[in-house]
Amino acid sequence: MYNGGKILFGILIFLALVTFPFYNDIGKANVRPEPKINTPEIQKLSEKQCVESQAFMKANHMTLLNEWRDSAVRGGNRTYVASDGKKYTISLQNTCLRCHSNKKEFCDTCHSYAGVNPYCWDCHIAPKGAKK
Amino acid sequence: MGALFSFVVVILLILVAYVGVAAAGLQSIFGIVIPYVAVLTFIVGVVYRVIKWGRSPVPFPIATTGGQQKSLPWIKQAKLDNPSSTTGVIGRMVLEVLLFRSLFRNTKSELRDGKLGYGSAKWLWVAAIAFHWSFWIVLLRHIRLFATPVPSFVNVLENLDGFLQIGVPRLFLTGVILLLAVTYLLLRRFYVPQVRYISLASDYFPLFLIMAIASTGILMRYFFRVDIVGVKELTMGLVSFNPVIPAGVGTIFYIHVFLVSTLFIYFPFSKLMHMGGVFLSPTRNLANNSRMVRHANPWNYPVKVHTYDEYEEEFREKMINAGIPIESTVLPEEFEEEFKEKVEDAGTPVREEE
Amino acid sequence: MAKTPKPEELSKIDYKLPEKGWMDTPVEFKEGMYCHGARPQYLETVDFPNPRQWSSKKDEDWKLPENWKEIVLNGMKERLEKYRSFRLFMDICVRCGACADKCQFFLGTGDPKNMPVLRAELIRSVYKRYFTASGKMLGKLAGGRELTLDVLKEWWYYFYQCSECRRCSVFCPYGIDQAEITMIGREILNLLGLNTDWIAGPVANSYMRGNHLGLEPHTIKSNFDFMAEDIEEVTGIKVEPTFNRKGAEILFVAPSGDFFGDPGTYTCMGYLMLFHELGLDYTWSTYASEGGNFGSFTSMEMGKRLNYKIYAEAKRLGVKWILGGECGHMWRVVNQYMDTWNGPADFLEVPVSPITGTRFENAKSTKMVHIAEFTADLIKHGKLKLDPSRNDHLKVTFHDSCNTARGMGILDEPRYILKNVLNHFYEMPEETIREKTFCCGSGSGLNAAENMELRLRGGFPRANAVKYVHQKYGVNMLTNICAIDRAALPTLMNYWVPGVDVAGVHELVANALVMKGEKERTQDLRLEPLPEKVGAENV
Repeated sequence: MYNGGKILFGILIFLALVTFPFYNDIGKANVRPEPKINTPEIQKLSEKQCVESQAFMKANHMTLLNEWRDSAVRGGNRTYVASDGKKYTISLQNTCLRCHSNKKEFCDTCHSYAGVNPYCWDCHIAPKGAKK
Repeated sequence: MGALFSFVVVILLILVAYVGVAAAGLQSIFGIVIPYVAVLTFIVGVVYRVIKWGRSPVPFPIATTGGQQKSLPWIKQAKLDNPSSTTGVIGRMVLEVLLFRSLFRNTKSELRDGKLGYGSAKWLWVAAIAFHWSFWIVLLRHIRLFATPVPSFVNVLENLDGFLQIGVPRLFLTGVILLLAVTYLLLRRFYVPQVRYISLASDYFPLFLIMAIASTGILMRYFFRVDIVGVKELTMGLVSFNPVIPAGVGTIFYIHVFLVSTLFIYFPFSKLMHMGGVFLSPTRNLANNSRMVRHANPWNYPVKVHTYDEYEEEFREKMINAGIPIESTVLPEEFEEEFKEKVEDAGTPVREEE
Repeated sequence: MAKTPKPEELSKIDYKLPEKGWMDTPVEFKEGMYCHGARPQYLETVDFPNPRQWSSKKDEDWKLPENWKEIVLNGMKERLEKYRSFRLFMDICVRCGACADKCQFFLGTGDPKNMPVLRAELIRSVYKRYFTASGKMLGKLAGGRELTLDVLKEWWYYFYQCSECRRCSVFCPYGIDQAEITMIGREILNLLGLNTDWIAGPVANSYMRGNHLGLEPHTIKSNFDFMAEDIEEVTGIKVEPTFNRKGAEILFVAPSGDFFGDPGTYTCMGYLMLFHELGLDYTWSTYASEGGNFGSFTSMEMGKRLNYKIYAEAKRLGVKWILGGECGHMWRVVNQYMDTWNGPADFLEVPVSPITGTRFENAKSTKMVHIAEFTADLIKHGKLKLDPSRNDHLKVTFHDSCNTARGMGILDEPRYILKNVLNHFYEMPEETIREKTFCCGSGSGLNAAENMELRLRGGFPRANAVKYVHQKYGVNMLTNICAIDRAALPTLMNYWVPGVDVAGVHELVANALVMKGEKERTQDLRLEPLPEKVGAENV
């Protein structure tokens, strides 16, 4: 008894599973998502600079947002002193989203690309125009 | 000895990747060439090994029966542990593959004052289940780096895995469980004397390797913060066959990828093939129905037997005297001597004395 | 023969492991732990290779052929291609150690090479070295080692310290079955004439004379005459079994151990009385006078050569179906090998009990029914008049034989019978019965005299569980459905748990069986007085 059929069937399932990423994506253009920072509010700024440097924000925005949440909601402190000494009001709605009002073109581009599911919007109301 | 060797090898692997990327700038070797080689080796190797098993037949129906057989209709059969139908076998295999049912039976024996006692011993099962399931989920979560758009089940999985919402990026439990479980599995090889005695280098190596993979993964996500968009650009480049090396992805990522590649390459040559083998184990995947359905052996061949006629030739007289019916009425004496000789040589073994 | 230590000494088992790794610990042949080498005439009788007079002591010359290494490696290669089990079990063990303390020989000896995983590793290391890329390149690092004379002797020593009981396979997460590896290992050893005398002898006997003991037809007949006399003494009824009778409905095949020697003969008397009471149209055969199969402890081919006789005789006699007696490895063979080896038995009919009309669907292909199935069905249908109080002097427990438990699964039939023929039944602890049962320590041809210490050690876990119920409930009778049990357990009980006797299930059936026209019974089948009856007879 060899059960060749069953073994081949098993091999096919194995191949289908491990090669999924390849046949799923073959030929698709690999475009790096570019978050848009061309909202009217940002256009108005003379110096186009977030609360910290772009490099810092790219790597650490989630930690910063987390610290902001803890600081404002749990500590009652709503002032953030940036590394260059400038002061900002700690508020997702009024500080972050005032400039980055384009959640879909800004936040979501990278997040959906990399499959990141932040839970900001479990509590906060997502900006208008955003589906979620 | 085997442990130290395996540990050193894994450290060397890490150093190779580190030097290769950070000092020699060989990103394209570690990020493109080696991963392709690894995936190819893995796929071809696993298929080759499974086919090799498949080419050896299962000559006999040797199910290990773990419960009551199917016999009289009023006797309750253990349908999963002693299956007699395909459905039963599937049930048994599902429990075996997904829940490690046999390992769940594990007991620990102890000799005390000349008495053997048996206790429940579930830790190995707990660690094995934790290890394999978290590894599997971690693997599935990685699909987010290999598919655009990210399939929704991966998002669901991430939300479940990170439901505690600890830290940012939020902590995936499976990563931690994987690391803890693999540590336990390693420690028992160090500290359980019997297990240490049977462990070979090829037992330690995969444990150290997986430990290193899980650690670099965790470091990369929570501590070194690699550029995830850059990472995905690279991984998508691989799977869409347009490989690219984006700038600014940290060395830790290449170390991680190199270790994973090593695991893929090592896999088909090692005991890790138990992943495929568990499905083919004839003591588990056969129904105990061999008195109901004849199991064919492809290499069954005729053998030399001692026929009844030969037997009667030898004992005809004695049978007649004892009143035992015989076939023939003629007694061809010319064969008598030859067989007599053989039997006398064979003799009678001495029964054990009491 | 080595002097066997006292139980108090033997039960102090040292589980301490050697300092050095197992590969660097050369095998040591301990007296009392191994059997004599097979005598040449036995091997010649069945045309086995390398028949010669040899001593199995480690330091003696084993008189192997010049090219023994080549023979072994070719033998391995052939079997890797013939048995998926072998190749798979060589490949996928992860050495998790779950099997380690499941083996009665490890529990009883403390010798780490008796852990199933290491017993397998003895041959796996050679497989790796010669048959895998990693082992060829990395050698010891990949778990490989050279095949040397010492390694070969180590195989012989340890493959004949395994009773092929499959307990490890129940606990292994991949179902790796050391019995299968031992069987294949022994097959390979037999290519060099490396069998034990105790296995080769019964094989030769069985081949030429139809049974292990080498009983000739007239001797079988006269043994039965003795048993019939005893039955007459106990019951006043004369049973008249027939032999080699053509046209009988049923061929009955039992282990020949039941024809000769206590307590097997009592079980045999049980069969005779039951069949007589039923008026069963059945016959014994002197040609197929062995259900057991020491061939299966030698090689698959030898197993098939011996097993051939059962179907051949059924065909010659023109019976409708076959009934099989109480025997362990016989039923492993009948359940898992016979049909494949020597079937299809299309000249037979699907077994139907002539008494109850029950059609044994579970045996519709092999056409062979286990007597426990047959008797359980009789009792269920109320066809037997039973007086369980006749067994009231017995407090009984049941030992599941390894083969019938893990190579078949006949667990509840014998228990059902026992509970109907006696009043005092007690189970041993659950880790030691049913599919988790321990072997008697003497299975697979280990029940010789010269390896007595091994047998006592291997039987230690079983004896320990008996001792538990002996002390707790006063159990004094260990029942079973296996001839090797009946041969081996009395020795084991005498040594470890004095005061416990051993019986086949059908001995107790016959004790309780109220036969038509019998005289009032005052003795059991052992001619020992029955317990005083209290009050009215409980029928």
